[in-house]
Amino acid sequence: MGSSISLLGMECRGCAQELPAEIRPRISARDFSVYYGSIAAVKRVAFDMPDGLITAIIGPSGCGKSTFLRSINRMNDLIPRCSVSGSLTFDGHEIYGPDIDVIALRQRIGMVFQKPNPFPKSIFDNVAYGPRLQGVRDRSKLAEIVERSLARAALWDEVKDRLHDNALGLSGGQQQRLCIARSLAVEPDVLLMDEPTSALDPRATAKIEELMLELRGTYTIVIVTHNMQQAARVSDLTAFLYEGELIEFDRTGTLFSRPKCKKTEDYITGRFG
Amino acid sequence: MRIETRKLLDKSFSGAGWISVFLMVAALAIILLPIAWRGAGAFVFRATVEHRRMMLELFGVGDPAEVSAETAAAAEARRPIYDMLARFRAELSAMPVADRRRMAGRLAQLENALRDLLGPLPGDPIPVLPRQRYGQTRWDRALKKLETVLFRETWDYSDPTRMGRKVMVPRAEDFKGTSLEPFFADVKMRVADMLRPKLAFYWRFLTDESRDSHFFGGIWPEMLGTIYLTIGAAMFAVPMGIISAVYLTEYAGDDRLTGALRTFIGALAGVPSIVFGLFGLAFFINTMKVSQSKSVLAGSLTLALLILPTIIRASEEAIRAVPAAYKEAALSLGAGKGRTIITVVLPAAMPGILTGIIISMGRAAGETAPIIFTAAVSVGDPLSLLETLSQPTPALPWNVYNMCTEHQKLDELRHVQFGMVLVLVMVVLALNVAAIWLRARISRKLKG
Repeated sequence: MGSSISLLGMECRGCAQELPAEIRPRISARDFSVYYGSIAAVKRVAFDMPDGLITAIIGPSGCGKSTFLRSINRMNDLIPRCSVSGSLTFDGHEIYGPDIDVIALRQRIGMVFQKPNPFPKSIFDNVAYGPRLQGVRDRSKLAEIVERSLARAALWDEVKDRLHDNALGLSGGQQQRLCIARSLAVEPDVLLMDEPTSALDPRATAKIEELMLELRGTYTIVIVTHNMQQAARVSDLTAFLYEGELIEFDRTGTLFSRPKCKKTEDYITGRFG
Repeated sequence: MRIETRKLLDKSFSGAGWISVFLMVAALAIILLPIAWRGAGAFVFRATVEHRRMMLELFGVGDPAEVSAETAAAAEARRPIYDMLARFRAELSAMPVADRRRMAGRLAQLENALRDLLGPLPGDPIPVLPRQRYGQTRWDRALKKLETVLFRETWDYSDPTRMGRKVMVPRAEDFKGTSLEPFFADVKMRVADMLRPKLAFYWRFLTDESRDSHFFGGIWPEMLGTIYLTIGAAMFAVPMGIISAVYLTEYAGDDRLTGALRTFIGALAGVPSIVFGLFGLAFFINTMKVSQSKSVLAGSLTLALLILPTIIRASEEAIRAVPAAYKEAALSLGAGKGRTIITVVLPAAMPGILTGIIISMGRAAGETAPIIFTAAVSVGDPLSLLETLSQPTPALPWNVYNMCTEHQKLDELRHVQFGMVLVLVMVVLALNVAAIWLRARISRKLKG
């Protein structure tokens, strides 16, 4: 992609850079803050997550990266006394606008969680959960969706003979791919991944990363990760958050090889975090 | 602390644990074994020919040819006894007046004792009450009655400084010198022939209706009443309980009102059950007029109130224990709050909820006080489903209580009472075992 990436609204203090705008931003944050009560967990961040690419958000624990991710599909609504300010848009629509349909929003912005969380139901029922919510009742159509989603999550071959076994009988890595398949079955545009491999062993992690690269292009992926190597391996763009503030946002290659901020350099070289 | 001291403390702690477990098991055995043993007597006992005749005539059970052959054989064995009585009656009319009056009184007593043992004497009109139409149906009771034939109970007040003393006088002495003197030895010798005891397995105790207020037959009306009341209570309490629990956990905020609500529910669980009974009478029957008088419906509603707090508590805890991750997953897939609760939260909480339900059903089955004023009667026919809306019913716990406080002839019916107690204990035990089994099964299914 090279120089064709836009980093609109980059507000890294002293490190701003401009790139030509060619790829459409899917999700844009402008001056966006999230508060728990009166404490700001995310402070006035501004960056774009472009269509069809993988954007990684890195930073030390408690820097607000998960909070930011969960505000994109409004999962933070579950937390009492959580409020936001500024602008966060999805395809130009304000996510926290008054006329937004949260359920429709979540159907278009899927999420994969830190710990694999399949329902205690069969593999089939797990994947079919989303389509059923949307009213798909036809058995053959459901079967088709389930197969397609599992295949896209690179799990079909491993589970096709035991679709009606309980999903909790799968290994951790399989469970996480099942969760990805479950999200894909809803046909989302965006996939949010909240440290999707932190509970997995290296082999399962490699599988998930491989899968992410396959999904790249079809889906807009935003991944929060602790693991800088992972961000370096899979993402196109990387945002570095520190204490709720966006320190640096750049193409992943650039950010890891030539960070413009001292803090970024200290973090990626392991001096803190 | 020295390592020896710590080891010693560890050992004494586990020792104390073992001792308390042992004491608990022993107490349970002391309570349950006699119940099981004596209750089994309602099902398995030595039955006399009178039992078989009664079963044929009142319940239509048994082979008529066989029973009439046996009855004839028994009658054959009884004939010499009755002949002796007849001879003595003839002898009586020849006695001097003073002797005659004394002997006639003794004879009347003897005849009554004999009627108790063997049923109506030849020439008696057929009695109205079934209990008087048959002799002793159970061999154990028959042996007790034999004592009253052989002995007369009297009180000895000869020593004025002491309390009266009960003495058993052999009736053979009363009739000394008459033709009846050898009668008693004869009765004793022939009693087995006259009553023909045989081991009987009376499983129909569970499913037979009772005749002549529990003298004969089984406890089906009580069983059915208990089943109706328990299921009825669950029908009202389960939906309300689960909905309340969902509201309290998922919708109610953490404000003062909810806190107060929780406290009230906790307090409700501690209200004595007799208070629920009186409330049920005052509210459901007198104020709401759900039925003219006592009814299964009113009893079920009262029991439902009694078990509601338990179900709410159990459901609340089960719902709280559902991992938040399930809820998040459902929401992230575009499920609304209600859909999330129905499709994910409640299924995952089901083991806990079901356990709560079944254990409270066990409680409802065993409760006596709430149904005294709202549902229970001491004798009644089994009800049809429609009748439960307006009719009262006998029920196991109430009838156990009622028999021992009010039944005139409890001594004759101990076996029925113990049978009821055993069945009630088994029902409650079975519900608890079902709860454990169901919980294990569903948890296994949820775990994969």
